[in-house]
Order: sequence, then structure tokens, then C-alpha cells
Amino acid sequence: MADKLKLGLYWAASCGGCEIAIVELREKILDVDAVADILFWPVAVDFKYKDVEAMPDGHIDVCLFNGAIRTSENEHLAHLLRQKSKVLVAFGSCAHEGCIPGLGNLFDRRSIFERVYLEVPSVDNPEGVLPQTSYQMPEGEVTIPKFYNTVKTLGQVEDVDYFVPGCPPQAPQIWAVIEAILSGQLPPKGSVVGANEKTVCDECEHNREEKRIKKFYRPHEIIPESGRCLFDQGIICAGPATRGGCGALCPSVSMPCRGCYGPAPNVIDQGAALLSAVASVVDADTEEEAARIVGEIVDPVGTFYRFGLPASLLHRRKLEEAE
Amino acid sequence: MSNNGFEPRIVAFACNWCTYAAADTAGISRMEQPPNVDIIRVMCTGRIEPTFILKAFAEGADGVVVSGCHPPGDCHYNNGNYKTFRRMPLVEALLAQYGIEKERFHWGWISGAEAPKWAKLVRDFTEQVRDLGPLNWKRELESKED
Repeated sequence: MADKLKLGLYWAASCGGCEIAIVELREKILDVDAVADILFWPVAVDFKYKDVEAMPDGHIDVCLFNGAIRTSENEHLAHLLRQKSKVLVAFGSCAHEGCIPGLGNLFDRRSIFERVYLEVPSVDNPEGVLPQTSYQMPEGEVTIPKFYNTVKTLGQVEDVDYFVPGCPPQAPQIWAVIEAILSGQLPPKGSVVGANEKTVCDECEHNREEKRIKKFYRPHEIIPESGRCLFDQGIICAGPATRGGCGALCPSVSMPCRGCYGPAPNVIDQGAALLSAVASVVDADTEEEAARIVGEIVDPVGTFYRFGLPASLLHRRKLEEAE
Repeated sequence: MSNNGFEPRIVAFACNWCTYAAADTAGISRMEQPPNVDIIRVMCTGRIEPTFILKAFAEGADGVVVSGCHPPGDCHYNNGNYKTFRRMPLVEALLAQYGIEKERFHWGWISGAEAPKWAKLVRDFTEQVRDLGPLNWKRELESKED
């Protein structure tokens, strides 16, 4: 079958959840196999980078690229797969907007290395060895990829055709994207696909009333009343600032939305939009009370930008001068 | 302190009914103030999305000011300034996590009758930011990223 779709999948800085999400297609994965040849999928199929390098340019029809750009290897593969693919899709929250690895942008290479290789109690590293990109062994030089100071999204290092949000993208949405590709009915370049044009709140079935928040709770501090809007109950829910498409899965089981589908349509900065929504419903009539209530929110960046720090307006914490 | 001739660029969001009127009066009255502050007039400080503040910093502002009508009763829209005093402490916390010095961001209240207070804020805040030096977030994002 010469005209089968040629599919490539890659994972950069990611957890593997996006791969699981593809397997979550279950028996439909056989349908994918019926219509597509998988040419590259490091997690499941044994092809090497050199096999990709040997392909003619544009050989892969569609590449689903998940994972953020954390190392020089990630970036190299982003450039390589762009060159070899007709359509490059930023697949999942990491490639779309940085996701959890992107919270590393509150730190830099040095502080992450010191924490991970020197300070963690379970680490035994008396000589204080830190990763080096190149090391001279008796047998010759050994190299590893460079770990960047800043996590970037795929769209920040390469030209991306489509974005599929979600941590991970939900299986029915993945299937819808594959069907759209097969039918050739693709939206304009740069579109977010596999999601909808409203917010998570629009899909959420909880009852909403006027919000007047006296105290914010973290999920472990309260047993929420079922059927009632979690945000109304003082649990910070990212629903108002987050694009829908997931089916409001988390709120439906009484866990607040954490924002993985990225900014709602027309929202520039998801975290700032959520911050604005959260703070404005605080029930405080004096400056002191307002400052006290919002001051109880632990880790505002981690709360409001949990999935989108690299794609936000400021991208990262300010870097210290000397590295 | 001159800080090598550095001239800070400051963006001030001022509400139409109070602080902008004060700034207007300060200008008309020839009150002395440095030319470093670009005023953006908004109808109400309750309209100032935190996005505006972050965008100002991301696009090159060295300092940002938010100023509106005194609470409780001065707001032309009754409670727009309430939204402001609920949001701004969180914006401050956010900026701290981003590593932006707290002296680069000021929020507060200046009524239409407080032109001298505006002029003093412009003088003091400009010097405060000048002492800190440039923030230069654009370069922050572009040149050192590896």
C-alpha cells in the first residue's frame, strides 16, 4: 500500500504520557495501523536517528511531536523532524506550551544541577560530579546533549503547523485529529486542533453561583460538595482561563482543572487571566483583608502557569548574570 | 545616582477619572517631573488585566505603575478599585517569583485633586527605577537562552 499515511512520532522532554494517550486509542490503534505506516516512534518501534537522517526531506507526512525542548538533543530532533515532515504537529501540552517540565524555568541549569546532583538526600556524590557535555575517556571522547537554562516550546524553536493541546491529549480528540488528517480537511496553519473554542467551564456540569471567596483551599484541604462549582467553594480551578475539549474530566471527579489544555481562545497569557479571575472574586472590602486572602495562595506561578510557563509572556524567571 | 546615563522607560496605567486627571493637572500646572513615564489612560483600574503589566515588562518597560481612585468611595464605577486591590498583591507575588525587583512595580491611589502627589510619584519612582538599572526583558529572553 504505497499511499498509506507516513506517520512519525517523537518524544522530547516529556513523561511518556502522550505515548500512553495514543495507546489509549485501544482497538482504534489497529485502524491507525491500517491507514498509516509508522516510520519513527522511539518509544515503541526500533528506528534510529540515522534512519530519519537518511530520509528525503518531507518524507514523513505527519509528525506528532510531543515533549518540550529542554536539551540540545530535543532541539536537534525538532529541526530534523521539521525538515523530514510535511506536517509538524506540536502534540500535547509540553510541545504546545511547555507543561510541567516548563516549571523548570523558575530555575536555571546551575540551580537544577546543584539540586539534583548534589543536594538531594538520596544522592551520593562526594566528588560533586556534575554532567559535562564532553568528557575524555581512555577510549575516546564521550559526549551528551547540553542541558539548556530555559525550557522552550516546540513552536519557539521550529515552525509548527498545528497544535494539539492536553496533558495528555484525550483519545477521542486524537482520533478526531487523525481523521481530519486522513480526510485532508485541515484547518488553517497554526490552528489549535483537537480541542474546542470555549473554556473548560463551558463543558463542566457543576452548578455555578456568584463567587465570593473568603478563603482558598488546596485540593487536599477540603472535601468538595459534589455538583457544585469547585471555584465557588474556594478551590482554585483553572477552568475559566483554559481551553475546553477535554470534556471537563477533572472537575467531573471533583478535582479542579489545572489548565493543561492551555489558554482559552483569545487569551494571551493563561496565568495572568487566571490570576485576574481568581483575585477579582475575593470577598474582601479592605486592602488588608484582600492582601491576606490572596496571600494564602502558595506558589502563584506554579498555580497559574502550571502548564504554560515557557509559552507565557515572560517565559521564565530572570536569569542571574553569571552562569 | 546617574547609573551610566541610563534613562528608564516606565509605563503608567492611570484611570480616567482620578489619576489621569491628576497627571493632567500636574502637567498644566508645570509641576516638575521627568519625561520617563508613558501614561496609558484606561477607564478604570479595574480594567487593568494583569496581562497588561506582564506585557509591559516583556516588551521593554523598566518599571510599571498602576494608579486609580482611592477606595472605598472614589471609584466612578463604585467598585473597580476593589478589583484592583484584590489583584495587585497577587501580581506582586507573581513578579517576585519571576525575579523582577519589587521596586519596579508600584500600585496605589491618586485622586484628581492630588496633582502634586502624582508629580512626586513620577520623580521618586523614576529615580528608584534608574537606580536599579535596565530590566531589558527582551534581551533576557533572546540572548542568554541556551
